[in-house]
Order: sequence, then C-alpha cells, then structure tokens
Amino acid sequence: MTSIALALRPLEFFFAQYRRVWRGTAVTSVVTPIVYLLALGVGLGVFVDRSTDLPEGISYLEFVAPGLLAATAMQIATFESSWPVLSAIKWDRQYHAMLATPLRVGDILIGHQTFIAARLLMIATVYLAVITAFGAVNYPLGILAIPVAVLVGVSFATPIAAWAAHTETEVSFVAIFRFVILPMFLFSGTFFPTTSLPAPLEAIAYATPLWHGVTLCRQLTLGDVELQSALLHVLYLVACAAVGLTLALITYRRRLVL
Amino acid sequence: MADQNGQPLIQARGLVKRFGELVAVDGIDFDLQRGEAFGFLGPNGAGKTSTMRMIGCVSPVTDGTLSVFGLDPARDGVKIRGRLGVVPQLDTLDMELTVRENIVIYGRYFGLPRRQLGERADELLDFVQLTERANDKVEPLSGGMKRRLTIARSLVNDPEVMLLDEPTTGLDPQARHVVWDRLYRLKQSGVTLVLTTHYMDEAEQLCDRLVVMDKGKIAAEGSPRELIERYSTREVVELRFDSNRPEDLSHWTDGNVTRVESLPDRVLLYTDDGDAAAHTLHERGLVPESVLVRRSTLEDVFLHLTGRSLIE
Repeated sequence: MTSIALALRPLEFFFAQYRRVWRGTAVTSVVTPIVYLLALGVGLGVFVDRSTDLPEGISYLEFVAPGLLAATAMQIATFESSWPVLSAIKWDRQYHAMLATPLRVGDILIGHQTFIAARLLMIATVYLAVITAFGAVNYPLGILAIPVAVLVGVSFATPIAAWAAHTETEVSFVAIFRFVILPMFLFSGTFFPTTSLPAPLEAIAYATPLWHGVTLCRQLTLGDVELQSALLHVLYLVACAAVGLTLALITYRRRLVL
Repeated sequence: MADQNGQPLIQARGLVKRFGELVAVDGIDFDLQRGEAFGFLGPNGAGKTSTMRMIGCVSPVTDGTLSVFGLDPARDGVKIRGRLGVVPQLDTLDMELTVRENIVIYGRYFGLPRRQLGERADELLDFVQLTERANDKVEPLSGGMKRRLTIARSLVNDPEVMLLDEPTTGLDPQARHVVWDRLYRLKQSGVTLVLTTHYMDEAEQLCDRLVVMDKGKIAAEGSPRELIERYSTREVVELRFDSNRPEDLSHWTDGNVTRVESLPDRVLLYTDDGDAAAHTLHERGLVPESVLVRRSTLEDVFLHLTGRSLIE
C-alpha cells in the first residue's frame, strides 16, 4: 500500500462532512468577492483612479482584485486548519477514529491538508470567475492565479495546523486572526503598494507569504509576469508550506502518539 | 488453539509503558489465543487502557516485547490495525454524519470499496439493531445506540480481534445487556474479544479468561471461576448490625469461616457454606439486623486483590 493511497482515504470523510454545509459556503464564496469588488474595486476605485498613482495606467479594480483573491485564500486556509484540526484532536476526535484504522499520523495530516487545498481550489476558481466578470483578468496567464492562490492558502494552512495540533485551547486562534492575519490582510500589498509603507514595515511586509502571493497573483492577472521574480515568489511560498508541514508532522505526532 | 505457526495470537513479555516518570504498565506478560474472550480487569489507572492502546498499535511500546498476529506493532502497525476492530473508551463517532455514513466512511479508511460498504453497513446496522435509524444523524441517539454504532463501525473490516475498552461504561442495564448479547454472538462466530472493564458482572458474563491488573502489574490470572476459587470462598455472608455490633466476631463463628472482613456498614464472612455459618451465629446468640447469604463473585476477588481504598 503506497503512502499516497492511504493519505487520500481521509479525504472522503472531510468531503462528507463538507457536504452538509456546502450550500452556505457556496453562496458565501460567490457573494463575498462580488461585495468586495463592488465596494473596493468599483466604489473606492472611483476615487483612487482620479489620483492616477498606480503604475502603467491600470485601474484600482485591476489592482485590488488579485490581492483580494490571495488574501481570501489565506483567510479560508487559516480558518480551515485551526478550529477543525483542534476539534479532530480534542472535541470530535475524528483523528483518533482514523488512527484506529490502518491510517498513520502522516496520512491523516496529508489527507486533511489535501482537503483544505481542494476547498481552496474551489474558492479560488469561483473568485477568479467573479473577477473575470468584472473584466479584471488577462488570459491566458490569469488562469495561473488559481494554483497560486491555492499555494498561498497551503503556505498558511500547514503552519497553522502545526500550531493547532500544539495548542490546548482555541483562545489563540482568535489572537492569530486579530494580530497576524488581519495586519497581513491590510498591509501586505492587498489594498495599496507596500512601497508606500514606512521602510521598516515595508521590510516586514516582504517577509510575509501573503505579500509574495499578492504580488504574484497580481502579475498573473495583469498578464505582466517577470519570470525570475515569479519563480522566487513560488519558491518562497513552497518553502513556507514545507516548513509548516514539517512542523505539523512533529506537533501531530507529539499530540496523537502517546 | 494457537495461530497457524503455533504462536499465540497476541503475546506480551515484560511489556512496559511509561509516560515520563509515570509507569502505566509495569512489565506484564500475557498470551492470548484465537477465539477466546480475554479481559483486563482493574481499577482506574491500573494500566488497562495503556495496554489496549499498545495492542491497538496507537501507542508505542516503551520496553519489553509485544507481538500481535506474530507481527511487530512498531513496524507493522498498518497491517495489524487492518485486522483489528477497535471500540475506544470514548466514542469517536462523527456527530454531523448519519448513522450509515459513519460506517461507510470508516470502512473507507480500511480501503474497502464503496459498493461493498453499502451492503456491509446494512448488515452491521441490522446486527446492532439500528436499521431504523440508518439515515438519522448520530447526535440525538441515546448512549446505548451510540455504543452499538461504535461496535458496528468497528466490525466493518471483518476484524479477527476486537479491542473493547470499557464497552458498557455509562450505559443503563437494558443497553448493557443488548451490548453483551451482541458481543457474545461475535465470540460464538469466532471473533477474539479483548476487553477492559471494571464491571465484575461484565467480566463474568463475557470473559473466558482474565487478568486482574493493579498499579500496572498483573495481580492474578485465570477464568472467573478459577479466580473465585483461588482468591475467595464459595459463599459470602453479609451481616448488618444496628447497635449490637460485636468488636470481634471470632467467638461467634466456627472453623468454616475462612476470613472475616469488617467494613464500616457491614461485616463479611467468607465461607464455603453460608447457611451453616449463619446458623452458627444464630446458635451462639448473635442476632444481626440482617443476614444475606450469597455466592462469591469476581467483585470479592477484585476487592481482595486490589484493596478497598479509593484510587484517584
């Protein structure tokens, strides 16, 4: 039995669980981008576009849309690998049910992360379709913003899962959203170029995975890709995901193998 | 009845489980044969669950050796778990899913094909008398129903051995009897049962053989009958007094009473002939408030071996 086959087995559970709530999330995943793009891209954009500070004559809608795509992937991924992971360990204990079967800790971790990636794929696809409807995507390159958004999500999902398997209570999740995710959402180039930040903050912004994700998504939807920097962005995100996965394997084992 | 190669189905030698400083299992030996119902009996914290978790290949062995189906849990966990059915102490059912989905999804963890699982789920629900609830969510089911569903779910892979950790704790008497009945049928169909319990009646009902564990060690081993013969007497006389309780009962009993145990609320006389002992008391003029002659049970053995003080 190969490891991949074992790691795919838990997927079915997560999808079965997801089937119960999919209607609600389907509506949110279509409505949320529409609302954001109307308010920021169209509404706020009218004022921003008058100042014409943006490079090469692009509209604010075109600027902000890919940023929102990457930032949304980050938020969904963070949520999906915080409460559900702790619950599977502590409250509903689904991981323990899985461990009594041939599945191993690594299979369970990979399986859960694969489910999260699949969710991200659905959300990113819908989001890109909405942005396209607003006329803010250049094809064919723009389509690659979907896998990049998934990668951005995974680069958050793995370290957050590592933390969720380590922590005893859900209290810290709220703190993570408030003090890590929200500042990143606001200051990592989603809404305005990081070059307008004070120098020290600008340096911090470059260190965040979200900035790399936003920048790359933006290059792709604008159809203006610099190959070398694009590869570096991808590498950075892959590295974050890999470090997170390694840490998660450690905390999962420590928590589940007693 | 040994396994094909003459080995016991499960064998432990000097098995140890430590959690930091705490020694949960302190060097135990046991052999388990195919087809038997084997019980680990003991107070809370005796090391029963730790032992079960090691057999279930979810908890690594600290020291000593353990073989399950002749395989090593450290190396062959995937293979071993594929042949076990586990009923954990705390239910791990998926509350959001339906009764039937719980079995099907669990079967998928074993890599069983979906088509086959539909049929299997129906059979199992029939076996645990939950057919009518097949499409209901798990959440509102009673404790007994959830327990039966956990048992049904653990049978999805047609296991050779079932590991049952306190299978009836928290159930009402009717629900317990239904569970016992199902487990008895499984045993008759050739499934090896390994269970932990602190209910003496459960051990007497289900186990061919059991070990009494105390503080991580095995205090005694045998069939329920053997243990009673070895560690207790055939009968016990329970005496309750209102005000005339004598300090020392030895004047009032004859040589048939092997042991006298004085408890705050009653006095127990261990004897092979309870009626004769009660008669002797009466002859010698002692009239307790109440006299009850009963057969010795595993509980007498258990309390004798593990003591009466509360362990916490």
